Amino acid sequence: MTDEQAAENGLKSPPAGAGNGAGGPAATESTGAAGTPLPTVPLSRKDFVSDQEVRWCPGCGDYSILAQTQKTMPDFGYPREKIVFISGIGCSGRLPYYMNTYGFHTIHGRAPTLATGLKGARPDLMVWVITGDGDALSIGGNHVLHSMRRNVDIKLVMFNNRIYGLTKGQASPTSEIGKKTKSTPQGTIDTPISPLSVALAAEATFVARSVDTHTEHLQQTFNRAGRHHGSAFLEVLQNCNIFNDGAFRDFTDREVREDRMLMLEHGKPMIFGKDRDRGIRLNGLHPEVVQLGNGVTEEQLLVHDEEAEDPYLAFMLSRMWYPEFPVPVGVLRRVQRATHHELLEGQIADAVSKNGEGDLQKLLVSGETWVVD
Amino acid sequence: MTTETARTEPAQVQELDRVTIRFAGDSGDGMQLTGNQFTRTAAVFGNDISTLPDFPAEIRAPAGSLPGVSGFQLSFSSGDIHTPGDQPDVLVAMNPAALKTNLGDLPPGGALIVNSDAFSQQNLNKAAYASNPLTDGSLKQYNVFEIPISTLNARALEDLEMTSKQVDLTKNFFALGIMFWLYERSMEPTLRWIDGKFGARPVIAEANRRALKAGYAFGETTEIFHTTYRVAAAHLSPGTYRNITGNEATALGFVTAARLAGRDLFYGSYPITPASDILHQLSGYKNFGVKTFQAEDEISAIGAAIGASYGGAMGLTASSGPGIALKTEALGLAVMVELPLVVVDVQRAGPSTGMPTKTEQADLLQVMFGRNSDSPVPIVAPATPAECFDYAVEAWRIALKYVTPVVYLSDAFLATGAEPWRVPDVADLPAIAVENYTDAATFHPYDRDPETLARPWAVPGTPGLEHRIGGLEKQDITGNVSYDPDNHHRMQALRAQKVAGIANDIPPLQALGPERGDLLVLGWGSTYGAIRSAVERLQAEGWSVAHAHLRHLNPFPLNTGEILARYRQVLIPEVNLGQLLMLIRARYLIDAKGLNRVRGKPFRISEIHESAVEILSSKRGTGR
Ligand code: SF4
Repeated sequence: MTDEQAAENGLKSPPAGAGNGAGGPAATESTGAAGTPLPTVPLSRKDFVSDQEVRWCPGCGDYSILAQTQKTMPDFGYPREKIVFISGIGCSGRLPYYMNTYGFHTIHGRAPTLATGLKGARPDLMVWVITGDGDALSIGGNHVLHSMRRNVDIKLVMFNNRIYGLTKGQASPTSEIGKKTKSTPQGTIDTPISPLSVALAAEATFVARSVDTHTEHLQQTFNRAGRHHGSAFLEVLQNCNIFNDGAFRDFTDREVREDRMLMLEHGKPMIFGKDRDRGIRLNGLHPEVVQLGNGVTEEQLLVHDEEAEDPYLAFMLSRMWYPEFPVPVGVLRRVQRATHHELLEGQIADAVSKNGEGDLQKLLVSGETWVVD
Repeated sequence: MTTETARTEPAQVQELDRVTIRFAGDSGDGMQLTGNQFTRTAAVFGNDISTLPDFPAEIRAPAGSLPGVSGFQLSFSSGDIHTPGDQPDVLVAMNPAALKTNLGDLPPGGALIVNSDAFSQQNLNKAAYASNPLTDGSLKQYNVFEIPISTLNARALEDLEMTSKQVDLTKNFFALGIMFWLYERSMEPTLRWIDGKFGARPVIAEANRRALKAGYAFGETTEIFHTTYRVAAAHLSPGTYRNITGNEATALGFVTAARLAGRDLFYGSYPITPASDILHQLSGYKNFGVKTFQAEDEISAIGAAIGASYGGAMGLTASSGPGIALKTEALGLAVMVELPLVVVDVQRAGPSTGMPTKTEQADLLQVMFGRNSDSPVPIVAPATPAECFDYAVEAWRIALKYVTPVVYLSDAFLATGAEPWRVPDVADLPAIAVENYTDAATFHPYDRDPETLARPWAVPGTPGLEHRIGGLEKQDITGNVSYDPDNHHRMQALRAQKVAGIANDIPPLQALGPERGDLLVLGWGSTYGAIRSAVERLQAEGWSVAHAHLRHLNPFPLNTGEILARYRQVLIPEVNLGQLLMLIRARYLIDAKGLNRVRGKPFRISEIHESAVEILSSKRGTGR
């Protein structure tokens, strides 16, 4: 564990355990130093593989995302029964069936709402939301906005393949303008939106991007999203080899990725390229790509600060796209704010300290009463 | 006339069994408050009461205009009453618009108290009166009391440091004072209320006190009223009582259910008239462990409630018709995943936005059938404001025992109407047994309890029970996704059987009246009072009539068919175009008749009475 991860870990509030009104039975666990519950037996990837046969199209990017998810789960120290995957509708929506945790495959676009209620009722659980570009940004756009602004402590992973896969290939809210699909034979006329810009505008406290095929980076990013205290929005660029093959190939392929993508590292200048000879500099209000040398030095480059209070830098990064810019991946923003369940429980504690534990009989006879003998 | 004019002998006192008063004025005149104060006072005195607030649309119309009129009708009695009264005995009209919109309901000879100050040319124009009704003789058939309420009230408040607008805002209490005097009611409860409400603003408090007392003194010292009226306390069964609206009783019932079940209540809700009061109320009960969540929309509200139930809490959501429409898909999910959930529908007049502040009972078929596929949910419907408490508990008993979503149907009339409620002793209420499955060795997500057909409610956090649920069809017992045709047929049947089986676990339908007879009047929901009163009147007139009222609409009580068969004819009054009628005819194959009025208002007793007499008098029976 890196120092940074340890620090993030320390910020995580200790899960409340099973002692809530919902009456979940106590799990077999001990408590780690930072308050994180530790399973009695350390878990490995295979503990998170369910008995269900995985049914995505062969070659689909979802396989890798699933594998990295299963590999990362043991890192969090939660016992299996304390982890819940909630999904909406779309190819991504099947992921919970393949995780040997609790899982809920809900309805189109609404996974964040169920996750909000579940986390509100059971703050002791680790809740993941699995969604896609159509599920999260079209039909469920409203719920994504509001779960983020409330800082509900859920980890939302959005598979972005820029297409509707399950319904066999219609344009999605992230499809590029002019894209010809089954539903848009003359090309889509709708301007796409950047999922990360949306998440930032919605005041998400953790905003990141990774790629299905960059397995190591994906694991790291999962890990950081899972450890974030508050709502996390993670966009995973995912290839749908059936209906939108190669949507990100131009910059994600092994041979070109270093030249066409920007690996964000907190506190480091924004340098990219195979030879690490190019960087991002601010020109007025706009970012520009510059070649290092000839008087252009590292000091002139933008330094990534994922913890910046204001979201301007993160927002600028969320707008950068190939070919004008290298596509940024990693954590764009990570800030701390009280979570929804903490605030809710705080109000309950306040009410109890002010009015005492609720006395039901007293409540029923409150107001003006009279007695009939 | 002024307060200085005549000092007279104490007025005569007349004993009455029941009085119905309607306060009507501009939305800015405080009529709801005035009506509520009178109601509280009558209730505390021990009368049986029933109220009907009549709100204008939510957005305030221009002052003095016809759409801006707000009314509050209340009936108080020394006997048992079931409705706020068909027609007022007394109408208090604070301006010409209030007079115009309400006069039609006042029977000839009824008392009409008007604020004559408000009958300016400008106000007459706003109410579209061509001539002044106070002077043109059009009110001859009523017992009119013209009182310059604004002027008299302003005089009583003369030396207080207030703007004339602030002074004017207190004139409703002057009117209230008159009514207190007229009906021999103590001012004490309202004076106490003023102290509590305006304690921090002594001038305002003093102004309201003076307005109230000045009105009272006006009644006492002028000879304009010759008689005061006395309505003795009612003979209610022993106990502690309070005055309660349906929405209050609903909220208290849910908190109580959570206590009885030993679970946290999680309330997801989006503001909507007339259900918002439940959110306001429950959000004040945080020290009872109640978690309230004001969602971004109706869908999120029910989604969060389902999520909470999935986690082992009691997920609850409430709305009105348009919001229920939005919740439909998620309610279908709750049917599929079979989790406990209660969905409240406080019905209002529709379709679409309709008349949000007005009552209707037209969502029955929506909640019964308004989902894709066969998607059965149990439905309960309280009949009176006080019963809202009992059925909030009952909804949860069913939801938790059968591990199913349940719909609770209230309506705007129940929600805002009030009646005395005998407060139960919490210790006497039966606990609601709830179990979460914990045995990993025997766990199958869609295995069923042989008696209730409920599937195990296994909540996250339980080791060894990790499993996946969702909206896709489930394989019987294992809960795995299944497209098997026979399995789907079996699951559809199981879901239907589970809900139908609840009939074995609910009280039988009762007929009040002769065991067999010529006519059964069958109702549900808020028509209870009007039907009951009409049937009592018919029985007193010698007709062979009984009343039965359904509180469980899905499934129906087991003996429903048997009861229906005992009467030659069946009349079903509903504030819709015949929804229960359709269900009853389809299910029991009887030629029941509907009485249907959708005016945004509850039935009048007389409407039901008339319709029943018509059926009873006609020779042609159905010849059952
Ligand atoms: S349709 Fe596309 S996204 Fe869906 S499973 Fe197939 S390849 Fe993957």
